[in-house]
Amino acid sequence: MAATTTLRPTAGPLWRARRWASGFRERDTWWAFVFIAPWLFGFIVFTAGPMVASAILSFTDYSIIQTTHNVGLHNYKLIYDDPYVLKALRNTLIWTAMYVPADMAVSLFLASLLARIDRLGAIFRTIFYLPVMTPTVAVGILYLLLFNGSYGLIDRALALIGINGPAWETDPNWIKPGLVIMLLWSVGSNVVLYLAAIKNVPQHLYEAASMDGASAWRRFRDVTLPMISPTLFFTFIILTIYCLQVFDQVYTAFYYNPGNAGGTSGDATLFSVIYLFQQAFVYFHMGYASALAWMLFALIMVVTVVQIVVSRRFVYYEGEAR
Amino acid sequence: MTSLSQSVRADGPTPDVPPVPPVVPAGRPSRRRPVNYVTRGLFVLVLLFFSVLFLYPFLWMVSASLKSRGDVFDNKLIPKTWHPYNYVQIWHAAPFLRWFWNSAYIDGLAAISVTFVSALVAFAFAYFRFPLRNFFFGCVLATMMLPGAVTMIPVYLIWHHIGLANSQIPLWAPNLFGSAFYIFLQRQFFLGIPREYFEAARMDGDNYFTMFRRIALPLAKPALIVTVLFEFKAKWTDLMTPLIYLHADKQFTIPRGLYALLGQWSPQAGGNGDYEWLMAAMVLSTVPMILIFLFAQRYFIEGISLQGRKG
Repeated sequence: MAATTTLRPTAGPLWRARRWASGFRERDTWWAFVFIAPWLFGFIVFTAGPMVASAILSFTDYSIIQTTHNVGLHNYKLIYDDPYVLKALRNTLIWTAMYVPADMAVSLFLASLLARIDRLGAIFRTIFYLPVMTPTVAVGILYLLLFNGSYGLIDRALALIGINGPAWETDPNWIKPGLVIMLLWSVGSNVVLYLAAIKNVPQHLYEAASMDGASAWRRFRDVTLPMISPTLFFTFIILTIYCLQVFDQVYTAFYYNPGNAGGTSGDATLFSVIYLFQQAFVYFHMGYASALAWMLFALIMVVTVVQIVVSRRFVYYEGEAR
Repeated sequence: MTSLSQSVRADGPTPDVPPVPPVVPAGRPSRRRPVNYVTRGLFVLVLLFFSVLFLYPFLWMVSASLKSRGDVFDNKLIPKTWHPYNYVQIWHAAPFLRWFWNSAYIDGLAAISVTFVSALVAFAFAYFRFPLRNFFFGCVLATMMLPGAVTMIPVYLIWHHIGLANSQIPLWAPNLFGSAFYIFLQRQFFLGIPREYFEAARMDGDNYFTMFRRIALPLAKPALIVTVLFEFKAKWTDLMTPLIYLHADKQFTIPRGLYALLGQWSPQAGGNGDYEWLMAAMVLSTVPMILIFLFAQRYFIEGISLQGRKG
């Protein structure tokens, strides 16, 4: 860090430290701090401070209403014993494991078709993006109506081709697949992202591959996929973080009993953030909810690190020596 | 940091030209191999099929909003009897106009403030060299990865203690301090502007603020528009924050209002199942977003592609 302002870091650590500190005496530095001041203030008040506060709260039974006590590790022990936490975690991980690959596969499929039909592609791209603009609450309500087991559109359509559709919204085994299908409606932004990435692949690579007699599939597998792998990797991480925190659509779709704790569908809609939200703002167990938040944070960190470690090997960066 | 050099190269010396190929390529692109017409036709067919799947929920929604109460679930695209009057009735059934206004002004304030403050900060990170710069920028990146759930409760407590927890202010005021994601996005853009432009402005005797206003902001217009649009859309859709802070119907934003209507009208909650009204409300709340997208499509596409350049 110290080396960043140093132009020629050649003369030993003390010289460098002095050089670095002298940066504060420059007028430009003060200008820079004036420019970043709003962010710095916001960062301290709305991010760094709250993180510390949240960590402290997680060791208390803070609830706004009652007096607060220091409860030590009690909240974390409670997490360990709370069966709903385990259910919420399980549901969230399963849902994420279902949604992320599905989203990536559908987006990649649509984007690679779009890339091949130049001019018409723009129209289709617009159509695929429109659902992304729909408010998430509306997506939740549409799920509620379209996937209804007795009169919803999906089951009616399945009946037309002779399939007896499942009770999407009450059968615990079908809730997550139904939600995945509904949320796949908004794959549009990934389609756009992948399409841009595919169009950036240098054309001469395809020409060279064709010259070598590579089939369309081989060109896709051995040219397109490696060349867009940084984008795939990026969306893999971002989508996972987003999925682990899913809230709006599920909270809306199961509004009459969000999380469905103890409900007919066997807690299948209890997701981590829903449980956390309820603990914090419905029951005002703010200390416990803070501990849950840190658990969620740890989970996201672990999952992200695992993803980075595992998928690094599959990502190809152009111009990077390996 | 390959991303950095990549973006500099890709944004090129004229930063107001979008770094993404235009929506409709001019003329027949010669770089692409002519695709076999049969394959091409097949692709178009598959895409048409998917287009129907993607558009059908919209059509269903619009058609249901024009039906009578009993017909909503007949799942026919053309209503048996037309009830355009639904669109009049919802204005009486709920303070809908109020919600629209609330959303418009909250989201507008949020979008505009986050755009300009983030630009200011992003510019500093791109232009100045100062001690702790990389550390601070690391903080920006770390904030992007931080789940909102961790800070949600203490931030609520802050607003609670200054007595604003039941107001609309917490929905937009944090944006006055910029937002990590947009700072990152705009910094990428500012890095693409050649330094000479700024040095020239300095020669003309500009101070840093005038330079920022005269040179940096106009050149970064596409990035600014992207930020306004993204943030406006994000706020228009957000449900969780209004759920935490807004408790009286008069304060509601559109998503919070839709959520309240769902609870009020649906049979599970003892309502009459006025789904045709709910659908009308949903159509009305979706139409502005769709119009914004259709008019500003190029910026949305550009913004999304700009994000992808991170990797």
